[in-house]
Amino acid sequence: MALPKLKADTTEARLDGLVLPKGSVWATATREDALSRVQTMGLPTKRDEYWRYSDPASLTVADAPSAAIFDNDEAALFAGVDSVKVVFVDGVFDAAASDDLVAEGLEIARLVDVLSTDIHWAKDLYGVLEARGQNPVERPLAALNTAIATDGIVIRATAKAAKPVNLIYLHQDKTSDVAIHNLVKVEVGAELTILETGPAAARFSSVIEVDVADAGAFHHVRAQGRDHERRAVTHCFARIAKESAFKSFTLTFNGVLTRNECIIEITGDDAIAHVAGACVGDGKDFHHDDTIFVTHDALNGESRQVFKKVLRNGATGVFQGKILVKKDAQKTDGYQISQALLLDEDSQFLAKPELEIYADDVACSHGSTTGAIDESALFYLRSRGVPAAEATNLLTLAFLADSLEEIADEALADELRDRLENWLGRRS
Amino acid sequence: MLEIKNLAVKLEEEDKQILKGVDLSIGAGEVHAIMGPNGSGKSTLSYVLSGKDGYEVTGGSAELEGADLLDMDPEERAAAGLFLAFQYPVEIPGVGNMTFLRTAVNAQRKQRGEEEMSAGDFLKEVRARAKDLKIDADMLKRPVNVGFSGGEKKRNEILQMAMLTPKMCVLDETDSGLDVDAMKLVSEGVNALRSEGRSFLVITHYQRLLDHIKPDVVHIMANGQIVKSGGPELALEVENNGYADILAEVA
Repeated sequence: MALPKLKADTTEARLDGLVLPKGSVWATATREDALSRVQTMGLPTKRDEYWRYSDPASLTVADAPSAAIFDNDEAALFAGVDSVKVVFVDGVFDAAASDDLVAEGLEIARLVDVLSTDIHWAKDLYGVLEARGQNPVERPLAALNTAIATDGIVIRATAKAAKPVNLIYLHQDKTSDVAIHNLVKVEVGAELTILETGPAAARFSSVIEVDVADAGAFHHVRAQGRDHERRAVTHCFARIAKESAFKSFTLTFNGVLTRNECIIEITGDDAIAHVAGACVGDGKDFHHDDTIFVTHDALNGESRQVFKKVLRNGATGVFQGKILVKKDAQKTDGYQISQALLLDEDSQFLAKPELEIYADDVACSHGSTTGAIDESALFYLRSRGVPAAEATNLLTLAFLADSLEEIADEALADELRDRLENWLGRRS
Repeated sequence: MLEIKNLAVKLEEEDKQILKGVDLSIGAGEVHAIMGPNGSGKSTLSYVLSGKDGYEVTGGSAELEGADLLDMDPEERAAAGLFLAFQYPVEIPGVGNMTFLRTAVNAQRKQRGEEEMSAGDFLKEVRARAKDLKIDADMLKRPVNVGFSGGEKKRNEILQMAMLTPKMCVLDETDSGLDVDAMKLVSEGVNALRSEGRSFLVITHYQRLLDHIKPDVVHIMANGQIVKSGGPELALEVENNGYADILAEVA
């Protein structure tokens, strides 16, 4: 079937003159497959139902819109965490700024090296979960990433990792257009934490494919920002096996457009998947979109989606969250909540919560709320002497607290809480 | 301490006059009680004094130690020494009680140009005060008033009062929702705070609270005005005969 004209034009313009990076035979085949997926699906346009609330034009346009370099006066996040630091500058691995890629329980390599190796386990992961994640909803920007990404990190956890891997994405070129693709394989009973921080580029496409084997555990804590002008589309594809755990939390500050997609497939019994996020946005240019798709395809699965947004001065927040429970996924416990705190009448929150359930013995619930600051709580605080701005900040942090509680590591949660406090403080 | 002159207040949203010229003068260290039937304007008076939105002052004045209260934001009134113990204390999910108390204490100190209380001093003080009010560590840790019983909420109000050391305390139906033991505990908390430099305005329906917190002056409020003032015996009269006789007498 021919693509609609806008989609065909958009796709053609973006792919015009595109040369796939060189690599091993299997990598080249994977990239060609991915490219043909993009050509078949076409890149997203604002007419797509899945992009109804977020205009993808700036993500698909051939030349990335530039983004001024933000002078960040705050110390780097997670700087105090004993971790394996992996630094990318405008999407290119910086060996000098990074730690040695070694840690007990981990095998770490650069994607570019892996993709030029003839025989590698990553062959069974690169583009594989992304391709699985194209059904039932198409995610062409992820396929494009698979086709063109050169850099990224490939991690295999064979035991409980001695320390987290800390991916630091620096932005130094105001026109950088970057695709990063990370691969994570958590073997049976192994455990890994990945931290991600930084704006990465003027336009950033990020894909991470996470394969968690039986009884494995994967933790992901990410902070996006604080660059004001950056654009980002991120995809996390996870497949989690029996008795495994997947936990991901994202905090987003500023930016123009952020679309975070998280696609989780629970394939083994008794597994849990928690995905959460908090975002704070200021100004009419701010647009933040969390799009989540959790598929339960095994018994006794537990999934949680907890998303909170604080929006002010005309900012827009979007949440599209789905729980799909397949026929045999009995005893599934699925939960989803999305909430927005609108600090003024110009800001808006658009939510599309969805449940699709084919099993008959499950407990699934979802909720979505949009509201202003609780006036009675505000007055109560002020009557105790807390100035209005400070009281508003306190209530705003309280609103976000539920989502931060999804982070298992309290020290990391506290660090993010401090950053939020600073952000609010600067704006009051 | 508190001088209210001919205070007239209407609802902002409706054309409804609630207070129709209230006069009240409370000296330093005095305890005054206001009693009155439902809808007489007692709670409105407490809200207007503390600066709640939704009311429009159409006349008169209210001064705390000579400073114009009505011109201040709620937080400035608090820093100036006014404290309202709420009839219905507000629940604030996500804000720990201890954080709340410390933020309030230090916010007031900051506004008054005083040094903030150190974490150690604060903790010591709050533990001592909480112990007097039988408030356990768990209540201090929990979010403000969330899941507290009626009695716990009122004790928490008195704890805040004790920590903030205000000059002028307004207690809005602090006895509502309390059983006898809780009322005794709350009253003891209030009595412990009575001092020469601190005044109280106790708003209540029932004389019983005034058995515990003994007032110097009792006022009867009706239809937006103070219609009668007297000694503690006035409260007994209300308890025995209801408001009807008094209202008939002043009509």
